[in-house]
Amino acid sequence: MIEALAFYLFAGITVFSGFMVISSKNPVHSVLFLILAFFNSAGLFVLLGAEFLAMILVVVYVGAVAVLFLFVVMMLDINFTELRQGVLQYLPIGALIGIVLALELVFVVTSGAFDPASLGAAVQHATPAVNDVNNTDALGRLIYTDYIYVFQAAGLVLFVAMVGAIVLTHRRRAGVKRQDIGEQLARTAGDAIEVKSVESGKGI
Amino acid sequence: MDSWFYSVFEFLFAGWLPEILHTPVWIVMLILAIVLPLLIAVAFSVYFDRKIWAAMQMRRGPNVVGPFGLLQSFADGLKLFLKETIVPSQANKGIFILAPMLTFILALIGWAVIPFDAKMVLSDINVGVLYIFAISSLGVYGIIMSGWASNSRYAFLGSLRSAAQMVSYEVSIGFVLVTVLVWVGSLNLTDVVEAQAGGIQNWFVLSHLPMFVIFLISALAETNRPPFDLPEAEAELVAGYQVEYSSMAFALFFLGEYANILLMCALMSILFLGGWYAPFPFLEFIPGWAWMFIKIAFFFFVFAWVKATVPRYRYDQLMRLGWKVFLPLSLAAVVIYSGIKVYLF
Repeated sequence: MIEALAFYLFAGITVFSGFMVISSKNPVHSVLFLILAFFNSAGLFVLLGAEFLAMILVVVYVGAVAVLFLFVVMMLDINFTELRQGVLQYLPIGALIGIVLALELVFVVTSGAFDPASLGAAVQHATPAVNDVNNTDALGRLIYTDYIYVFQAAGLVLFVAMVGAIVLTHRRRAGVKRQDIGEQLARTAGDAIEVKSVESGKGI
Repeated sequence: MDSWFYSVFEFLFAGWLPEILHTPVWIVMLILAIVLPLLIAVAFSVYFDRKIWAAMQMRRGPNVVGPFGLLQSFADGLKLFLKETIVPSQANKGIFILAPMLTFILALIGWAVIPFDAKMVLSDINVGVLYIFAISSLGVYGIIMSGWASNSRYAFLGSLRSAAQMVSYEVSIGFVLVTVLVWVGSLNLTDVVEAQAGGIQNWFVLSHLPMFVIFLISALAETNRPPFDLPEAEAELVAGYQVEYSSMAFALFFLGEYANILLMCALMSILFLGGWYAPFPFLEFIPGWAWMFIKIAFFFFVFAWVKATVPRYRYDQLMRLGWKVFLPLSLAAVVIYSGIKVYLF
């Protein structure tokens, strides 16, 4: 009973905060509601017994991605109310896409493709019995054995994206003084100070 | 938890309480058994901190309220409690009040998975290390929200610094945790401690000494302690994100900060100093929770020591240290320690 209560609590808050993300006037409030939605989805993961995924969701999305998101929204002075001017104009096409996506989801779920019995034999074989290992262990074994190439490819894609972002945004500006610690430490009195004997009554 | 504590519960509640409420009441009792000593410890750690700085600067420190000034923190708390809570007129009221509460709550809930002794833990979950990591990564929100909601430039600058700083140092903390966890083979904090059983030669502080140093410095940055207290840098930001706060809202920030520091000290004791285990077999007559307490107090002393001796880093030095020194070092260490684990053991 407590589990059902917890589920409805987490799910209710997730849906409510998801709605608030798109409807609140202040963009910073939107991001904070998004964070609340992430957090409650992590709660739903815990209820499913996927505690590793729940913690990773909190660490990655709430702890890192959403912080940077909030950072940007706070720094940029975007007028979101102005952006929302055309919302009624685009409502029909947006609703259409939403309905198509929802129908596709319903179709996939009801088709039985996610039924454990109909999944491939390889997956059945690779998953250890749930009672033997905890899910961190099980996930690690799957990712680093059967799906190692997919996993590495995903990492490579992220890496390429990161390098691309840096290449596109990084620019060297001329005339900017940078601190070079090695150069500073290598400086001695010998090459910084020059002793000159100044004759009385004359400058240098 | 100890069985005598359960018999207290049975004596007080089991007779008359309906069956369905037994577990919730028991859990609330356990939570109180952790939170109340923790808050008292926080109050005394503030006193301890001030006494250590005073001793290092040849001063007396707090010595007026109570014997040796022991009650100073309680007097300060009472003073803050009686003051007026001021909300700036242009502040975002809801978030302004929510931020200190969030900081305080996050500082407390991390303690749910800390094992104080064998079996003396509120929630022995099998992703304990990740849980603490997640909670400490959430800590940045209290600061960021307070900085933004205060509608003050000083507070906002402080919160921006803090966001960048905490996100940067979390990365190296994460990799240091990985080097320890591959040797343990489990994410459970009790397993981490039990992997170090059998005296000081098995503690990870010896095998993982470079990682321990990186973790200690990153923990200072993660808790915004000197020499990395740039978010509050009183010299240029007049206390940063806390500048608009008064009364209990400020007290919650203050208590949350110290509870976080103690949590980091407890985490370091568990990861590197063998948790509740005695360093030598002949010292095993001292109970495990006392060892845990001694180790936490030792790390707290180190934190205070660093604050009293090291000058504040400049912001670019801080970022350089995090991204150009600690990140490559800890990344290489993950490979090296995993390699040692796989090929030598």
